[in-house]
Amino acid sequence: MIAVDSLDEGILQALQENARQTYKEIGNHLGVAHSTVYDHVKRLEKQGVIKKYTAIVDLAKIGRKNITAIMTIFTNPKESENVAERLSESDEVLEVSTSLSEELLIIAKVVAEDQDKLHSFIAQKVAPLPGVLRIRTSIITRKYKDEILIFKKE
Amino acid sequence: MPFSVPRSLRRLPREKEFYFFTSIGNYSGQHASSLEEFVTKIRQVNVKSLEFHFHRGDFERWVAEVLEDEELANAIKSLHNFSPLGDALRDQLYVVVWKRYEKLRGQNL
Repeated sequence: MIAVDSLDEGILQALQENARQTYKEIGNHLGVAHSTVYDHVKRLEKQGVIKKYTAIVDLAKIGRKNITAIMTIFTNPKESENVAERLSESDEVLEVSTSLSEELLIIAKVVAEDQDKLHSFIAQKVAPLPGVLRIRTSIITRKYKDEILIFKKE
Repeated sequence: MPFSVPRSLRRLPREKEFYFFTSIGNYSGQHASSLEEFVTKIRQVNVKSLEFHFHRGDFERWVAEVLEDEELANAIKSLHNFSPLGDALRDQLYVVVWKRYEKLRGQNL
């Protein structure tokens, strides 16, 4: 685990709220010099605490009508790690997690251009993976909230 | 001419098997790795799965493209003229596929 101090926490929260802020703006907000912010940010990047900077694009506004679905994959416990790794290699899969309820499950978020392509991907690439017992898929019809977890300074 | 077993009667690799779904993305856990297994599964799977694949044309597509059996693919396609549902679909599909399987098996004994 990497230790972060109070200033690191403030910088992380500021960058998560708006990664395009300047070091000066963040410094003014936190009451430190912009060079101090720069040093902390570079260290956090080097340590991998800050993984990357990205843009959240509203694909619907540029006419890309993707559908998103949540797959729940019931697996043979001996094979679940392999299944999760293979899923993670697919461009169509955005998130892969495991969950232990009564059975070992893999939960994956997947995107496709339309329902036919979604089905083809699951039928041709996911169902044949060794250890996949069955799959339940829910297509997301409407999102009420879509945010990332914002680091809160303690 | 060398003797060769038709592809329909061979065991297929995992990626070529038929996977039975009940709706978009919902895999039932049932699969068939040969024509023989396919005949058996027609009797066993949830009828919703048969209806789902039949109406999408998945059965004839798999038979033609993977088993490379145009005759059986056309026979399955012809069932669409009767628009069968439920157990009638199961029965008609079973008869068509089973007859073809028996014929191929007889030719290769």
